[in-house]
Amino acid sequence: MSATKPRTLYDKIFDAHLVETLPDGTALLYIDRHLVHEVTSPQAFEGLRMAGRPVRRREGTMAVIDHNIATDESRYTGRIEDPESRLQVETLEKNVAEFDVPYIPLTDARQGIVHVVGPEQGLSLPGMTIVCGDSHTSTHGAMGALAFGIGTSEVEHVLATQTLLQKRAKNMRVTVDGVLPKGCTAKDIVLAIIGKIGTAGGTGHVIEFAGSAIRALDMAGRFTVCNMSIEGGARAGMIAPDETTFEYVKGRPFAPQGEALERAIAWWKSLPSDEGAHFDTEVVLDAAEIVPMVSWGTSPEDVLPITAVVPDPASAKDEARRDQLQRMVEYMGLTPGQKLSDLKVDVVFIGSCTNSRIEDIRAAADIVRGKAVAPGVRAMVVPGSGLVKKAAEAEGLDAVFKNAGFEWREAGCSMCLGMNPDKLTPGQRCASTSNRNFEGRQGPGGRTHLLSPAMAAAAAITGHLTDVREMA
Amino acid sequence: MDAFTTLTGIAAPLPMANVDTDKIIPARFLKTIQRTGLGKAAFANLRYNEDGSENPDFVLNKEPYRKAEILIAHENFGCGSSREHAPWALLDFGIRCVIAPDFADIFHNNSFKNGILPIKLPREICDQLMEDARMGENARISIDLERQVVVRPNGDEIPFEIDPLRRHLLLNGLDDIGQTMQRGTAIDSFEARQQAAQPWLYG
Repeated sequence: MSATKPRTLYDKIFDAHLVETLPDGTALLYIDRHLVHEVTSPQAFEGLRMAGRPVRRREGTMAVIDHNIATDESRYTGRIEDPESRLQVETLEKNVAEFDVPYIPLTDARQGIVHVVGPEQGLSLPGMTIVCGDSHTSTHGAMGALAFGIGTSEVEHVLATQTLLQKRAKNMRVTVDGVLPKGCTAKDIVLAIIGKIGTAGGTGHVIEFAGSAIRALDMAGRFTVCNMSIEGGARAGMIAPDETTFEYVKGRPFAPQGEALERAIAWWKSLPSDEGAHFDTEVVLDAAEIVPMVSWGTSPEDVLPITAVVPDPASAKDEARRDQLQRMVEYMGLTPGQKLSDLKVDVVFIGSCTNSRIEDIRAAADIVRGKAVAPGVRAMVVPGSGLVKKAAEAEGLDAVFKNAGFEWREAGCSMCLGMNPDKLTPGQRCASTSNRNFEGRQGPGGRTHLLSPAMAAAAAITGHLTDVREMA
Repeated sequence: MDAFTTLTGIAAPLPMANVDTDKIIPARFLKTIQRTGLGKAAFANLRYNEDGSENPDFVLNKEPYRKAEILIAHENFGCGSSREHAPWALLDFGIRCVIAPDFADIFHNNSFKNGILPIKLPREICDQLMEDARMGENARISIDLERQVVVRPNGDEIPFEIDPLRRHLLLNGLDDIGQTMQRGTAIDSFEARQQAAQPWLYG
């Protein structure tokens, strides 16, 4: 490749991590940061053990526990109740000890969701390649990094070699220009994007999010947008590093300091896509046209403005889509033509790697302050890390939620994925700030509506999906 | 990993788009530290009723599809979570090949690592294979990876594309870690170069 050819942010990070190109064109890509959690790593460590292989670069690795743990205080006082969860946690602890991998244990204040902890600790930095056995690793791309989820075989590959075999992806740019209207957030931007490109629209691509509305987002908003890249089919989403990013990095425990930081920033400033760089696919959205969004179906592409009604399967463009819509309407317990804002909720979940940072919690608290959760609604806030929880408590936000009737819980993945005690029961309808509304995602038979933290808070107060712009 | 060369078997029709990995294996079954034994959890929310009994309407609970080795599906198969438990569950059930118009990237990748062959074919061809699959026992479909063809019950051969490296690994049942370990010197020199240029990564 000619040095003068304009390159994208993705191209630059990819090129900077190329160890070798194999004869068939497959790249051997170096991985700077490998984040490990309890669910997708046991079989990988077992593979190393069987082959007698060590972890190649322990200091490039960090392990945390987040997916399967309870989010009440029982987890500190005794042993984990569920025997399978306990075995998985104990297995991780045994593995990190045996392979000498850095680890943030459950009792550590820094513990939390891996995609919150990585950036918070400065483990995720601009220009890095970052992987984890979890599809929402795309979150870290908000730092201006190339970050993507991998399977357990690849976790083992990275542990053993600190590399991955990769084919170069295509470049997609999603440009969102303009000013986001009041009541709209990063979550509404990304739901609108997925609604536009579809759940497979980004397959085979890495998405770069660009434009003035993206630049205007704080880091929390950028994490939210990149987090859901995978819901648009793209393994990775990225945002070019800028002053917002550099300010965020400063002072983080694992981030470079002083002169090293200055040197790093100089390199990071060279990363944004060059003028004239080629994008295989371009998508453009006008921020001014975005309204608060909510998902109504069982795929993240099935999103609508909160002002809309449930679609009628009879109006589908073909038979396959009609069957799909029919199945979704039935599963979700909806009536075509029903106003989305009339849908009563049983549960409100504010949390997950998408929306559990301090900014998300503040946005929800602003809606909740001085009000009460509607009768019959179970509402919960699950901070993304122990440090987020502490910060929120220092601002008195825990009291805002508790006084309103919310549960204020310990950090973890919680009700995002139905593999720990926080689950929906069959038929329950949940307003959720998480990322996936698949059938059964939050528990068998559970019905998920994805929305922003402010929209979730509004639903908790009124007891039904609500246009946050109408909240006093 | 078992090699994949040829396969002749019953194909189960699963005419759904966006079959996500939560559908292939719900998260509550991920609390395992092994790769095996997940076949009973495959498609659990579709396959079993709330009381744990079998849902007789689900294709994999019907004869002859209980013995299916091939799945035919619609667009974007395997979207969602990166859980490798999805191909592990399919494999443990007995599925060695999935044919669909396209696949989500991570699932596609994970399949190859476990000796499952994902084949991309145009929707209209998948629709023909879906009809073949509906004929059950009398309509076995064959896959020949060496020749890169799917053979329909009527003898028609449908060629398919596959990445040459992945084909090689699958035909020989090779895992790629051993191969990458042989490039240790190249990795060493990359690290030396990177440490000189970006010392903050080696704090």
